[in-house]
Amino acid sequence: MITDVNINLSRWPFRRLPHDETAKLVGKLERAGITQAWACSFDGLLHHDISALNQRLADDCNQLGKGILVPFGCINPTLTGWQKDLAQCKRKHQMPGIRLFPNYHDYKLDDRLFADLLAQAEQEEMIVQIALKMEDERTQHPRLRVPAVDMKPLPELLEKHPKIRIVILNGMKTLRGDLLAELVEAGNVYFDISMQESVGGIEKMLKLIPLERVLFGSHFPFFYLESSLLKLKESNLGRFREEAIRYKNAAGLLKT
Amino acid sequence: MKTATRKSIWDLHCHLSGVNGKTVDERIARLMEYADRMGVERLVFFMGWPWSVDPDPDDFRRQNDQVIQALSHWHDRAFGFAYLNPKYPRECLAELDRCIAHGPLVGIKLWVSKRCKDSELDAIVERTAELKGVIFQHTWYKAGGNLEGESTPADLVALAARHPDIPMICGHAGGDWELGIRTVRDQKNLYLGTGGFDPTAGFMEMAVREVGEDRIIYGSDIGGRSFASQLAKVDGAEISEKAKEKILGGNLKQLMLPILKQKGIRL
Repeated sequence: MITDVNINLSRWPFRRLPHDETAKLVGKLERAGITQAWACSFDGLLHHDISALNQRLADDCNQLGKGILVPFGCINPTLTGWQKDLAQCKRKHQMPGIRLFPNYHDYKLDDRLFADLLAQAEQEEMIVQIALKMEDERTQHPRLRVPAVDMKPLPELLEKHPKIRIVILNGMKTLRGDLLAELVEAGNVYFDISMQESVGGIEKMLKLIPLERVLFGSHFPFFYLESSLLKLKESNLGRFREEAIRYKNAAGLLKT
Repeated sequence: MKTATRKSIWDLHCHLSGVNGKTVDERIARLMEYADRMGVERLVFFMGWPWSVDPDPDDFRRQNDQVIQALSHWHDRAFGFAYLNPKYPRECLAELDRCIAHGPLVGIKLWVSKRCKDSELDAIVERTAELKGVIFQHTWYKAGGNLEGESTPADLVALAARHPDIPMICGHAGGDWELGIRTVRDQKNLYLGTGGFDPTAGFMEMAVREVGEDRIIYGSDIGGRSFASQLAKVDGAEISEKAKEKILGGNLKQLMLPILKQKGIRL
């Protein structure tokens, strides 16, 4: 069993990906032994019709997901009426969480609107995923260079929202040092392995982050799915730690 | 995962970093444990530590000595390339003799001190080719701009075009690989090195389509990178098994055979 907390459907804006058709993506997940996949949509990066986007996401997950795909709606708090989008995610689509792209949506984590969003998500008991980045800044399109999300304001903000569950996606390799330690200390902050690098990368990650906060995430189909799968093999984890990362931590996060 | 069962993965691009160890001997031993876990049979190391982007001759000689020491207990599995700084052409030629003609190394690594299109590189690549050594040049196309001495794939094409009979490897496939592949595809003496950038899907499919499976060589760029993320570019690609075998080891083996034979190294 594997729960992949970092999947995106639809089209990457800058090129076609080998698995950007939902049916093909789900087939690949099945063959790889992924039993649950938390999915948002690449459309969320640039589209403004969030309501339609989340409807397509929910429909794709329901109709093509084979019980594997779990939709995580996109919310852009800079758009008027985002509260309605969030309510739809919860009540209409029964999504367990949302995914945010603060750098693509052009807000900072110390902006008031982010605090408002966190407060409502906490009230709705939704998991909040924050994509720290989507790709290496060095390979971005010259007319759309998007710096990584600055996570520095997050620890202080989380003191006011002790119940919120945050999952930072694509954060490893960028997060380090004191900031990473502060995020670990801040509360219910989880991290996926998609961008963890270095030999034996997960072993290194576990020296910085408690086991129960580490989640399997692949950033598929932007990354090859095998990247995160092989990381489980490269690190000497043992059965207990590997099972926690593969699915038990995510299951616990969903139940909380 | 098929990686574990493949018999002949050769890794073009390895550094003595990413693991703890006070000596190179400790470090390479630790790296080999991870290579074993991932089924990597042979590894090519270059550069020691601390790293220097613009080493003077004493520094690159010191780093090459570290690599030579690291190989000393691993001749059955590890090879090494000499790290050179083309700003010092005379010293580079002397280092080629020391490390390759009279030493155990089998190729050269050129990094970011001087753009490789410059004519000062000619004597270095010619002498390396005389010794049958493999030539590896770091390349990137960075959205934010390259370092002053950092080569692009176009720089390497310029060098390769002046020496069409000398094979050279385009490290990192240019980083921004959609641009890198386009740049090198028609320069037939250039190979693509696959290591040292994110495992972005579609890379290997485009590389095979545009450059061909015979001119692509797997490398990881450990220990900054993982074997996992870099092997995934091959394992996860929608290409033939035959192509995967070539990319994961066959092509590098072919490229290195002349110098290995000359040095009496049996495979």
